[in-house]
Amino acid sequence: MEFAFTEEQQMIRDTAADFLAEVSTSEAVRAAMNTEAGYDAALWDRVCQEMFWQAIHIPEEHGGMGLGYVELVAMLEQMGRYLFCSPFFSTVCLGVNALRIAGNEAQQAQYLPEIVAGKTATLAYASANGGWDSDAITATCTAEGAGYRLDGTYRYVSDGHTADILIVAARKSGSAGDDGVSLFVLDADTVGVSRKWLPTMDQTRKQAEVVLNGVVVGAEALMGEAGKAWPQLQQVLDLARVAIAADQVGGAQQSLDITVDYLQERVQFGRVIASYQAVKHKAADMMVKVEAGRSALYYAACVADEALSGGALGAELAEAASVAKAWCSEAYFFNAGCGIQLFGGVGFTAEYDIQLYFKRAKSTETFLGDAAYHRERLAQQILDGEAAA
Amino acid sequence: MKLSFSPEDEQFREEVAQWLADNLCGEFEEVRHRGGPGDEHHMVAERKAWERKLAEGGWTCIGWPKEYGGRGASIEQQVIFNEEYARAGGPGRIGHIGETLAGPTIIAFGSEEQKQKYLPGILRGEVFWCQGYSEPSAGSDLANVKTRAEFDEASGKWRINGQKVWTSLAHESEYCFVIARTDPQSVAHKGLGFFLVTMDQPGVTVRPIEQLTGTSEFNEVFFDDAVCDDTDIVGAPGDGWKVAMGLLGFERGVSTLGQQMLFQNEFDAIVKLAKENGAAKNPALRQRIADAHVGLKILRYNSMRMLSGGEDGSLQKEAMIYKLYWATWHRNLGKLAMDVLGQESEILDEAPYELNRLQSMYLFTRSDTIYGGTNQIQRNIIAERALGMPREPRG
Repeated sequence: MEFAFTEEQQMIRDTAADFLAEVSTSEAVRAAMNTEAGYDAALWDRVCQEMFWQAIHIPEEHGGMGLGYVELVAMLEQMGRYLFCSPFFSTVCLGVNALRIAGNEAQQAQYLPEIVAGKTATLAYASANGGWDSDAITATCTAEGAGYRLDGTYRYVSDGHTADILIVAARKSGSAGDDGVSLFVLDADTVGVSRKWLPTMDQTRKQAEVVLNGVVVGAEALMGEAGKAWPQLQQVLDLARVAIAADQVGGAQQSLDITVDYLQERVQFGRVIASYQAVKHKAADMMVKVEAGRSALYYAACVADEALSGGALGAELAEAASVAKAWCSEAYFFNAGCGIQLFGGVGFTAEYDIQLYFKRAKSTETFLGDAAYHRERLAQQILDGEAAA
Repeated sequence: MKLSFSPEDEQFREEVAQWLADNLCGEFEEVRHRGGPGDEHHMVAERKAWERKLAEGGWTCIGWPKEYGGRGASIEQQVIFNEEYARAGGPGRIGHIGETLAGPTIIAFGSEEQKQKYLPGILRGEVFWCQGYSEPSAGSDLANVKTRAEFDEASGKWRINGQKVWTSLAHESEYCFVIARTDPQSVAHKGLGFFLVTMDQPGVTVRPIEQLTGTSEFNEVFFDDAVCDDTDIVGAPGDGWKVAMGLLGFERGVSTLGQQMLFQNEFDAIVKLAKENGAAKNPALRQRIADAHVGLKILRYNSMRMLSGGEDGSLQKEAMIYKLYWATWHRNLGKLAMDVLGQESEILDEAPYELNRLQSMYLFTRSDTIYGGTNQIQRNIIAERALGMPREPRG
């Protein structure tokens, strides 16, 4: 047992940290977040060509680096730390994961190399009904000729207004719950697709509404078996939850770090306020939150790695993802919230970055299920089993 | 990162489990799940017999080096042993203070004579130890020890005077390791000695402390001209703090996964109860039960990180949060147990004050966030050592 980063993984983490410290400065984040696209296209080109991050866990046979989920998580943690504004999460943690889990050979062979070449992707499944379960899928697919017709409206689609490739979930008319769900992959410029940016409170992660109005796709767009895609989609969502937890751990850590730096400088009553126990104890609680979150995250990363590579531990994916998402969501919010309090008045200004972390904490908390959602999911597993009668 | 154990370690696991299945039965059936925090006063004689049984099988002190009679077991194997032991319902180890604290200290800092004299008894499961650190005025401020040790030239022995408190198993132990002030002019952590004191002597009096649980696991120990041979001081006079603090590095968290197995047993009992009495349908309790589950899982993952941490024994961040984290989690679990029980939580097994297992756990967990460094002290330690925040100016 070696539950620690290998030297190579440490190197990936440190390289990511160095690069992001240079390119994802406070000024860069603020410039990017104030655009509709939400990222600097020239910087994304650099990420794809110099760093090759978009290819991190794309298999080598499709031109990727063929690394695992632990490496991906190590990188995502740094992106969270530096509030990195980019289509990385949507493309790699939704798009690539969906293609790897549900895509057939032809789809992988077509789209994965496109992503390696710099195209972006995302996943749309939830409607406006506020849920994250299969009930959230209200878009419909109807067999038409040799292919399908897709209709429906999706909300909260990460980078949905800029992505080049869309992976969408739709259900057979009249079906409900986990039954009747299918996944499709299509180009975002397919006729009948319209997309609208949704302005968000957290401006560092962009969301969109995607409307499919009589979109016609061929049979080759269908991923996996028609009507039976929910388990695969759930796996993709759980992988994405682990990725979000990584962003949260990075953000929670940075919230703590910038707060402690400030506490060490700020003098009141003749001494730095970091020397007051009332302040120190709050900072200690923040460290407990983030270190516990890191333990949950790294475990989930190992599980996710095996889920993708077919290892035995992969069976724990749903549980590990919910444990990590439940804890890290609250940890990030706690740390960023405490951060504003400990910064005092300046924490309430737009100028200081702690407010950006506070907002990103909330948007990552709600996306794909907040802590209460994931605790209820775990409660069903613990309390509603066969012995529940 | 790699989470699985090696085939050799898995084989070791089978060996441990098999031995426990073959031996923790018959006359020892009654000690299963007994002892440990909250139950330390129960079935002491039977549990001492169990210690000897363990020793016969070579399962005491497995982490000690082979040259001192241990197995030289790896960290992984010690973890596995503790896990399987807890899984099998092995009773709280009366020998754990000797095995994990006194023994390793003597191995690291003791003389050859001390090693010959004390280690075999610990290995055989026959000689038991208690710890003499805390005093009425030295709780969180442990270095404020007032107990004095004076060297008597005439007899060539040390004479110890003072009082220790919160000493578990004092009345069941043959020896106590005591930190006492060898230099009467000294303050704080300077001028202390580390003594190996025989309990069965006229100068030592043990008085149980009645706790809010109605039971007495902790004691006060009074030293009135208690005698200690000059050969029974570990290190030199004045080295006591260094020796005592050296103990903290030995444990390395190998027992933490065993502790978690006990927590898992408690959690499972609460889940079973909730399913039986309908609390499992209460949305607020469902959230709290799931939260406890999340907390316990993370406790395990955090331990795995600790165990994979620096070989130099330095404390990583995940190790620094451990006490505060588990103590708070466990205290919350105690309250959850009562809330799942509802009004039934008030009803005792028997008069005058016979608590059931969960009631006992609930009340005892109030001490978890106090002993071994209170939550407040833990927060100071985290803030100062991990986050580099300045110490509060001292008055």
